Amino acid sequence: MENAGSARHYLTAREAGLVSCTTCGRVNPAKEKACLRCGATLASRDSQSLQKVWAWWVAGIITFIPANVYPMLKTATLGTETESTLLGGIVELLHHGSIGIAAIVFFASIIIPSSKFLAIAYLALGIGRPSRTTAHRRHQIYEAVEFVGRWSMIDVFVVAILTALVQLGSAASIHPGIAAVSFALSVAFTMLSAQSFDPRLIWDADKDHPR
Amino acid sequence: MEKPHVVNSTLVDTDLRDLVACPVCDTLYRFSSVPQGGRGLCKRCHHTLVTPRRNAMTRIVMLAVTGAILMVSAISFPFLTIETHGLRQQASVIDTILAYSDGLMVPLSLAMAALIVVLPLMRLIAILYAVAPMALGHHPARGAAQAFRLAEYLKPWAMAEVFIVGVAVALVKVGGLATLTIGPAFWAFAALVLITVVKDNFMSSLIIWKTLEARGIT
Repeated sequence: MENAGSARHYLTAREAGLVSCTTCGRVNPAKEKACLRCGATLASRDSQSLQKVWAWWVAGIITFIPANVYPMLKTATLGTETESTLLGGIVELLHHGSIGIAAIVFFASIIIPSSKFLAIAYLALGIGRPSRTTAHRRHQIYEAVEFVGRWSMIDVFVVAILTALVQLGSAASIHPGIAAVSFALSVAFTMLSAQSFDPRLIWDADKDHPR
Repeated sequence: MEKPHVVNSTLVDTDLRDLVACPVCDTLYRFSSVPQGGRGLCKRCHHTLVTPRRNAMTRIVMLAVTGAILMVSAISFPFLTIETHGLRQQASVIDTILAYSDGLMVPLSLAMAALIVVLPLMRLIAILYAVAPMALGHHPARGAAQAFRLAEYLKPWAMAEVFIVGVAVALVKVGGLATLTIGPAFWAFAALVLITVVKDNFMSSLIIWKTLEARGIT
């Protein structure tokens, strides 16, 4: 390993007076507006990144509230109709004794969305402020948020499958509740929020505090 | 990957095409060949930059074609059948999409169609359009760069695998109440998910971009 002992310095495209493309990895001269290889719009750093992150984040939180308050499923069995919310559905699964599935749904639709909101806020607030967590740690959080986002859509799909399947006339029928729509929106908004985040901002801050 | 331990003045002289910047942390690298089957990591943030695989182009094309065929059969065959007290209900993937088709929820039906069927299929076609001519040894087709860029943007929004896990959850929810039969479309869909995972494993976007450039994108 070269230069062991001293703080290693990594030369970035920006320091070299170049602009890198986040889509294809091509390095372009600073004056280019669109990538010479793939044609994507270039920005050395996305200066509006944080604004977009917060805008989508707020939209995600707002739509997450009705997703939890309104019914997700309407079940009609032999004349009686019951409505169940997100949490209600999980409790029902627990009563059936399927603890594993209840855990999956609980994680996918309650734990993951709420920790995603916290994680994105933490990353966005950490930009431009001294932080005790290393860039590596924050980068891991970012990757986790990016990876996990789409899996929250499970619940919306489950409701759709149940609705398509359980249409047995008067014996039993299932209909989706309005919460499914706001839940799907909330998941999409948080995905957009995470995608708007420019991870290079995390590593720029790392420069000032070499490890 | 080799880090350019050069000062800026000499860097400018080198052809920019030989350089690669990590999309996550912006660190510059001189593009050096990584052995087949190996993995080129960014030294600073450990992001995977390249994963060269033997015959990757041909394999990607074959897997993408298989995926497209599986998707068509997954849509056309019955997906799940439920039976209880002499009542019988069959559901296809289309029925699942149409579950939200009444009243206020119509947009969600459209979104479901996009996430489960349209976007995964579009992504496969875009990849085929960009990669197939190169796998056959030709120049990239007109608009190959746009097609591959589209495929990259669509990646997080193609949710076929999330749908399959959703099916598993739904099966357990209903399983106790009625008899369920899994139709051929379910297996087609499950195979499609597996094939997509294998294909993405063969696909190193940096290498595809470099090959597109070397063969002359229009």
